[in-house]
Order: sequence, then C-alpha cells, then structure tokens
Amino acid sequence: MSDVQTLDRPQAAQSGGMLPSIYEVRRRRRELADCVTLEMAPLEGAPLSFAPGQFTMLYVHGVGEIAVSISGNPGNGEALVQTVRSVGAVSKAVCGLAEGARLGVRGPLGVPWPVEQALGKHLMVVAGGLGLAPTRPIIYWALANRDRLKSISIVYGTRSPDQILYAPQLLGWSNTEGLQVGITVDRAGEDWTGRVGVVTELIAPMLHDPAETVAMLCGPEIMMRFAADALADAGVSQDDVYLSLERNMKCGIGWCGHCQLGPHLLCRDGPVFAYPAVRDLMTVWEL
Amino acid sequence: MAESKIHSIAEILAAHPCFAGLDPAITDLLGGCASNVHFANGRYLFKAEEAADTFYLLRGGDVALELRMPGRGRLTVQTLHPGQVVGASWILPPYRWRFDARAVGDVRATGIDAACLRGKCDDDPSMGYQVMQRFLPIVAERLQTTRLRLIDLYAPPAEVGNAL
Repeated sequence: MSDVQTLDRPQAAQSGGMLPSIYEVRRRRRELADCVTLEMAPLEGAPLSFAPGQFTMLYVHGVGEIAVSISGNPGNGEALVQTVRSVGAVSKAVCGLAEGARLGVRGPLGVPWPVEQALGKHLMVVAGGLGLAPTRPIIYWALANRDRLKSISIVYGTRSPDQILYAPQLLGWSNTEGLQVGITVDRAGEDWTGRVGVVTELIAPMLHDPAETVAMLCGPEIMMRFAADALADAGVSQDDVYLSLERNMKCGIGWCGHCQLGPHLLCRDGPVFAYPAVRDLMTVWEL
Repeated sequence: MAESKIHSIAEILAAHPCFAGLDPAITDLLGGCASNVHFANGRYLFKAEEAADTFYLLRGGDVALELRMPGRGRLTVQTLHPGQVVGASWILPPYRWRFDARAVGDVRATGIDAACLRGKCDDDPSMGYQVMQRFLPIVAERLQTTRLRLIDLYAPPAEVGNAL
C-alpha cells in the first residue's frame, strides 16, 4: 500500500476531457512587460465554475495548447480570468490574443487548494513572482470568508519593483482590515522604499500563531522548499503546508505522463499537494 | 494613567533577538559598550569605507544597505528591520564598512561600540565565544539568503533556457 498522501480530487477535475470549449476574450489587461491577464467567456453554455488552484488548458488554434492556472475570483463566475507570461510559442500567442479573439479552453482541471483546512486558523499565502496568479483565488476566497479565519497574511517576493504582479490590488489589500501584506524584492533602485531581501525572511515576522497556521505556497520550486523550511523552523507543522507544483503539462488529465513527478502526475494528482507528499521528491535530481 | 518604565541598556540588550537568552552577566558587560541612538529618515548610520566602530541593534524603523554605482545611483542590496543587526564588518579586520546604511523612516537603535566589545571579547574568550555564537548565525543567514538571490529565482523561463 502506498504511503503517498494525496488530496481528494473534485468531480470538476475529472470532467474536463479532451474537447475544448470555445471562449472569447472579453478583456485583455497588460500586467507586466511580458505578462497579460485575459478575461474570457464561453460562446455557449454556463461560465466556468472552478475552485482555487485549478487550471485550464488554453488552446490557440493552429499554434498549440498550454496549461494556465486560473487567477480569478471563484465567487464570481462571470468570466474566466487567467494571467499568462509570454515565454514560448503558445504562451506568446495567448498573450497576443486581442479582445474578441477566440480560443479553446479545457477544464477546470487539477486538485485545488484545500482552503477549508484554513477555517478557524491563520492563513498564510506565500507567493513568488508569477506564483501570485495561482494563489490569487485563495485570497479572494479568504476575503469572502474573513469571519471564519483568524487572520490572512500574504507574503510576496519578486525580482524587482517593476515585476510586482497585481501591484494596485496588493496595495488595496494592504489597506484592508484583517489582511496583512508583506512584499519584498531581490533588487531595487533608490526609488523603492519597501523591503529588499528574500521572501523567506518575511515568513517568521508575519506569523501569528505557527501552531494554528495553514500555509499555501506557490512560486519557483526552490523558493517553496526554503519557504517550507522557514515555516517549519518557525513552528508550522509540515502537514499544514501546501504547495502548487509546475511541470510541462500536455494532456492535463493524467494520460500522457509529461508532468510525472515520481508517483504523481501533476495535472491529475496536483498541481496542489500537501508538502509531505512531495517533499522528498523535490530534492531528487533526476525528477 | 499608564505607567511607563525606563529600561536599562542591559535590559534592552537582553530583550533584543540578537542577545536574548544570553547570560545576564554578559549583557551587563555589553551594556557598558552600548548607547541608544536615533537617526532621522534619510540619515546614514554609516557609509562604506568608514571605520566599523559602531554597529546597531535595530529597535524601530528600517535600514537600507546600499551601494552607489556610477550611472545607476543608489542600489539597495538589502533592507533590515526591527529585531535585526545592522553591520557585521566590525567583527573582522580591517574593520571597515562595505556598504552604506541609510535610515528608512525614523530609526531607533542601540549602538554598540565595536572596539569596546572586541576588547571585552579579547579579555574574556568565553564571553567572546558566546557573542560570536550570536553573530555567526546572522552572518550565515545573510550568506544563505544572498545565495538564494544570486540564483535569480524569479527570472522568466526564457532567460534561463526553459521556455516551453
């Protein structure tokens, strides 16, 4: 019997199939120099319903398909909101889609963040770089459930001040009662008055009660490893640490094996995992 | 009416994360080298190449460690915050600061006369060992976090040859 810990897979993750639905880009917003957010709606049928942490496969006709996390508000099903960075041929094509353009969407797919685990506890979201996009639905959920959480902390690190994703929204959240936002950058010029340093340095100072904290991490894998260590050093149980992993996904439904990590297929068994389930795999060179 | 208590330097040192839990006899000795200081926003605690004769235990406000680069102005390499120590170059020769340290906001700190502390450590190696045990983790942590930043964690995949 396997001792690998996995999370329950929601029904929605099993219903994506291989047939894309046709969506139209309703709004396109540039976030960073190489990064845009698309708001999309289906040409037919109900808007897509999803849980925080799930992703879709976006298909640009004649170009290809990529996995992109959903970064919108799970409580607002009007539009499918996804933030994409232009790094390769398909993501470049997605970023280049104009308002009114059509594309294929499969999903929602994958195991979501177990947000209910944070009810009655302190919730800490630790995000790095573009990792804020997959965690933003957690924050929307947390804000909608503020009365059921002891506190909400967002710890965000990125490369430089001009690489802060959703900067106006982070500013707004930092002025929201019951929500604590810490931002740090790796490098900065003289016009930056905020923190300069590694995101892990913010974790201990922003924890309220480590024994009563649930943490959700998303960002570069090395950052997540060190963040998980920092949380453990501060007294947060590793069982209360969840993270979202990323590999090259192709089918999105556990058929092709491209996103295999040891015994896990990330698209099917993840991308969200409890840290103990993947901790040892994250340091295996061959994986 | 709320009571306000004036804390001795030794009490302030004992309450700072850097020296918390240290033998009270040692914090008393350290107190003889310490004084409370204040820096207004924008003032420099020290500048690169100056003698590293005083380091600081930060109690309020933030400090930016900076380098000036021709044509690029001031670059902040790290920020330090209450509970942290400003300055480590006082430990080893040639006892000169490597960076500028600028107050970001009004800074309250306890300054420690480095020559005084080095002298006491030399006179009492047992005390010196305990003091070094407090500073080595700080230096090690800064080395580790600096290494993490050297990796350029958040570089776009295209820049590190992983564009998919």
